[in-house]
Amino acid sequence: MTETNAITIRALRKVYKATGGKKLRHLSLPGGSFMPGGTGGMPRPSAHDVIALDSLDLDIRQGEFFGLLGPNGAGKSTTIGVLTTRIVPTSGTATVAGSDVGTQAVSVRQRIGVVPQQPNADRSLNVIENLQFHAAYFGIPVAAATKRAQELCETLGLSDKLNVKLNEMSGGQQQRLMIVRALMHEPDVLFLDEPTVGLDPQARLGLWEILRGLHAQGRTIVMTTHYMDEADRLCDRLAIIDRGKLLALDTPRALKDKAPGGTLLELVLDGDALGAAEKVKAIDGLTRVEASGTVLQAYSGTGGRLLPAMIEAAEQSGRRVKDIHLLPPSLETLFVSLTGRKLG
Amino acid sequence: MTARAMTPKARVSRANVFMALLRRDMRVARRELPFFLVRTTLQPLMFIVVFGYLLPKMGFMKEGYSTALLPGVLAISLTFSAIQSVALPMVQDFGWTREIEDRLLAPVPTSLVAAEKIVAGVLQGFVAALFVLPLARLIMGPIPNLTFAHIGTVLLITLLGGAAFSSLGMWLGTAIQPQQIGLMFSVILAPMIFFGCAYYPWQGLSAVPVMKYAVLINPLVYVSEGMRAALTPAAPHMPLGAVIGALIAITVIFWTVGMKSFMKRALG
Repeated sequence: MTETNAITIRALRKVYKATGGKKLRHLSLPGGSFMPGGTGGMPRPSAHDVIALDSLDLDIRQGEFFGLLGPNGAGKSTTIGVLTTRIVPTSGTATVAGSDVGTQAVSVRQRIGVVPQQPNADRSLNVIENLQFHAAYFGIPVAAATKRAQELCETLGLSDKLNVKLNEMSGGQQQRLMIVRALMHEPDVLFLDEPTVGLDPQARLGLWEILRGLHAQGRTIVMTTHYMDEADRLCDRLAIIDRGKLLALDTPRALKDKAPGGTLLELVLDGDALGAAEKVKAIDGLTRVEASGTVLQAYSGTGGRLLPAMIEAAEQSGRRVKDIHLLPPSLETLFVSLTGRKLG
Repeated sequence: MTARAMTPKARVSRANVFMALLRRDMRVARRELPFFLVRTTLQPLMFIVVFGYLLPKMGFMKEGYSTALLPGVLAISLTFSAIQSVALPMVQDFGWTREIEDRLLAPVPTSLVAAEKIVAGVLQGFVAALFVLPLARLIMGPIPNLTFAHIGTVLLITLLGGAAFSSLGMWLGTAIQPQQIGLMFSVILAPMIFFGCAYYPWQGLSAVPVMKYAVLINPLVYVSEGMRAALTPAAPHMPLGAVIGALIAITVIFWTVGMKSFMKRALG
């Protein structure tokens, strides 16, 4: 791995063997000519095996807030599973914080913090005990652990919950406890697997603030999500993956610029939009002009610059504009164009 | 924003982590002690009330039956609690709560987490046996031939029996689907108890030779007979050497299979 990489993934592949054909998702394989890259003499997967990761290559830099974006079953959780030493890959290598996840799993675990998709705190213990025992698993003495737990709970708004049982906490509080727990042993890399699933909007925004704060401290954060807005707002760089393959990798802004079709301009008129559509089609730079009832839509490669011309053309057709919508290119549109399916 | 330099980490002592894992299990066990004792010892204690107290009172049982019964009931309490202490949390943790995941991310080899669980099972087996012994003696009254002269042997059989059955619990708990847990009790544990020479001595099966050799595949037989050899040595029992040899072999087998099954579940 290079000096600046927190995580290096090379030709990572994970195939789940079919077991009786149950609960398996079939992913189409190129018929008959399946030649896995860099898997040296591996048996050919049967038609019912699930390829969760398909020769994934990825570099994540130190201090980066990195997002893995993809729909359910894309391979996001498998990637996190391999990087956190919980899933043994079929082939390929991955190093995290300088150690190989296969051969140096113990030293990887020492340097990572993991926030799971479902809060999995020890329900037999209360909050402070959960944190003290977690710290003890990392060799931290109880006095130091208690102090750190108190500090972190203070920061994350859990200081009044230290002696509370898990079943008395809300979903958002439990998720914050998972973050506190993951930070107890000062990890270099923090993994979060769909951290905001099931949270109400307020708790979600609260969690975003916390994650921004952790990122500002220079911590490497790797997060999976299938929420576009979340990835867009939080991450320095994003990898869009689907069916175990890397489809795109860049900053959210650069990815959005690659989204096809440009900005969507939408006018709501005071009557049928068909006549207006004919006028608007004459404007240079607008494509896919469509009228649907009173709504007139067109795509522009230059953002909202053509909006005044569009309004003028619509008014020339004798309609008045009641409402205007402007939808910039989004990750969603990019994702649909890359995968042919929607997120979520 | 500048990236944090990776902090050098001192290697964590495996022994310390093992003790932390054990402390966690003991704290939880202490809190659940009444439930644990009821779950694991109520059935053998009721058996003692009926067969060790009521039936002798009614004259259906010979005086000496309590001699055969006490070691067997201890064996059941020990093995039952050892299996359950490991199997039930495993089924829950891997099945739905996922609580063990935090421990699986501790910076120690994954097998250490499994080994700790088995050791915790042995300790809980000890507790169950220690709880049943005085109660059984109290309910049944004086027991002919009972001696505590070989306490070392009693501890050895408890240790080996606990290890064998905790390991079996590890295997069952990681190999069985959560919805089949009821089946585990009726198909595996119930026959094991009834044909485990707990309620009758192995020598007594000479009356039915086929059974006498068929039951030898049942690991409980060796714990029951070992307890007899240690607690009531004057009464008929299997040779102690055979018992210890068999228990060591069974422990090695179940430990190996249990560990393998655990690792398979832990490293999905």
